[in-house]
Amino acid sequence: MNWTRGEDERRDMPLLEISNLTVRFGGLTALCDFNLTLDAGELVGLIGPNGAGKTTTFNIVTGVYRPTRGRVTLAGRPIAGRKPYQINRLGIARTFQNIRLFGGMSVLDNVLVGFNRSALGGLAGTVARTPGNERRERRREGEAMALLETFGLADRANEIAGSLAYGQQRRLEIARALATRPRILLLDEPAAGMNPREKADLMELIRFLLSRFDLGIWLIEHDMKLVMSICQRITVLDHGETIAVGTPDEVQNDPKVIEAYLGEPVA
Amino acid sequence: MTTLSDLPSSRVLPAWAINLILLGLIAALWPVNRLLADQINPYVVQVLILVGINVILATSLNLINGITGQFSLGHAGFMAVGAYTTGVLVNYLAAQGRLEGHEWLALLLFLPLGGLVAAGMGLIVGIPTLRLTGDYLAIATLGFGEIIRIIITNTQSIGPFEVRGSQGLRVPVISDFFWTFAWVVVCVVCVWRIAHSTKGKAFLAVREDEIAAAAMGVNTTAYKVLAFVIGAFFAGVAGGLQATYFFLIDPKGFGFMESVTIVVMVVLGGSGSITGVILAAILLTWLPEQLRSLQALHVEDYRMVVYSLLLIVMMLVRPEGLLGRRELWWTRKRLAPAAQGGSAVSLPPANPPA
Repeated sequence: MNWTRGEDERRDMPLLEISNLTVRFGGLTALCDFNLTLDAGELVGLIGPNGAGKTTTFNIVTGVYRPTRGRVTLAGRPIAGRKPYQINRLGIARTFQNIRLFGGMSVLDNVLVGFNRSALGGLAGTVARTPGNERRERRREGEAMALLETFGLADRANEIAGSLAYGQQRRLEIARALATRPRILLLDEPAAGMNPREKADLMELIRFLLSRFDLGIWLIEHDMKLVMSICQRITVLDHGETIAVGTPDEVQNDPKVIEAYLGEPVA
Repeated sequence: MTTLSDLPSSRVLPAWAINLILLGLIAALWPVNRLLADQINPYVVQVLILVGINVILATSLNLINGITGQFSLGHAGFMAVGAYTTGVLVNYLAAQGRLEGHEWLALLLFLPLGGLVAAGMGLIVGIPTLRLTGDYLAIATLGFGEIIRIIITNTQSIGPFEVRGSQGLRVPVISDFFWTFAWVVVCVVCVWRIAHSTKGKAFLAVREDEIAAAAMGVNTTAYKVLAFVIGAFFAGVAGGLQATYFFLIDPKGFGFMESVTIVVMVVLGGSGSITGVILAAILLTWLPEQLRSLQALHVEDYRMVVYSLLLIVMMLVRPEGLLGRRELWWTRKRLAPAAQGGSAVSLPPANPPA
């Protein structure tokens, strides 16, 4: 499988670059002057207390919200303000904090959704079932099954996605996102609600994704043990402000971070 | 890793063989058509053709309402557009004295043309209204259906073409069992193949979760409009079939109640289940005809009372419809299960990035 995309783009720039990203909802500044760079092979964390603006940041980068100000570029190409499906096709895929699988569809069909590039393309072939269409359908099913196998879900391919165990649903959501061949993968609290064993599996899986696929991963997570052990760099948000950036060690010992999580030190 | 050869072929027969069988099926309708014309009670044939038209209507609406999840109440409007396009053109040919001997050519051209005009209408209506969801979309499409009906009611002619407004339009009877059921086959095969392809997964994804579908690169608006346009096309063809078989088309026949009747077929059959909706279309066409005998026994018309009661009982007992989202049979064979283990830890060794 070829997961890279040869396009006329700036190789000298970071894959994902966010500068001075700001969003206001009415009088509320949900995110203020956010900056980040992310390259293929990197694993970067985004943490902060509840309501800090982490998911809002993901929503802006994936086109759900328009930023009030600031730039987001993917390989040098500005993407802020584009529609979610366009941003996905340019190479950013995501998972959701509250799992958003296609619950009534089979596990395999959830992954197959990621192979649709255009609404009209191949429509006539689909209806006439031309040989080319048949080959394409087989190839897509094969790729989808290979992906499910990677995620340990191949034996569940024909089950209804909504009937999977919680940890498997989380894994399927990641598999589904990878089906769109992203270069940047945004994971929004992938370990939420998982038991320790599932969390250990997840850490293993994320490390594997980084080594196996040519992509950068940006992770929101509340489980500090998980974040600190796998992320190379971490950004800490509080009330939309970036209060710390650095390696796990630097961030952990930052007084501002401790304050944001534990409250002001007593005298 | 599973290789392609490990995957069992997902169909029993190759696609070209199935295509040949379907063509054979359409060809086989021809002798059946002759048989019906010669032997069977014309009333039975008429009910059969009504069944066929309703199957096309319900199946095409199922693509919009059931499979793509966009609640449309304007299907009769698209049907009217197709009926009047086909009817008016056939009448025009007849007035010129050129219809005689060329009935099949007129049907071959004008039925799809009626569908295309309806599809064009679907595109025009779909692009603005499909931004709406749920109740709002239902009301907007309902409004569209009424607009079409009222425009037709108040139009006497367009250029050289007679429309005759509220008086209704007489159209020569040139369609028959063959044409109706040939289009039934085409419509059902199209919708079935779209729903069961990887492309179809995008339509289903729009129904399941629009935000997640967009995050997967699915242009949700394009898919919704596409479903609307394809659905409108077949509704237009069904309208043309009706116009060329039932002597007279009348704008009153394409009102709100007709749209509701089609929606009822979809809901009763099970939104999204193609075979379920076909069953419901057959049942809900045949049943009122059967209930005519009831009407003969009493002076009052109890037919609609029985019909309505059936719907109420059905929705109480099986709110998901006859078949829910299942089909009568399950085509996708089980794919080969993966090697046992299945946990994320037992992953294949890491490869260098591609």
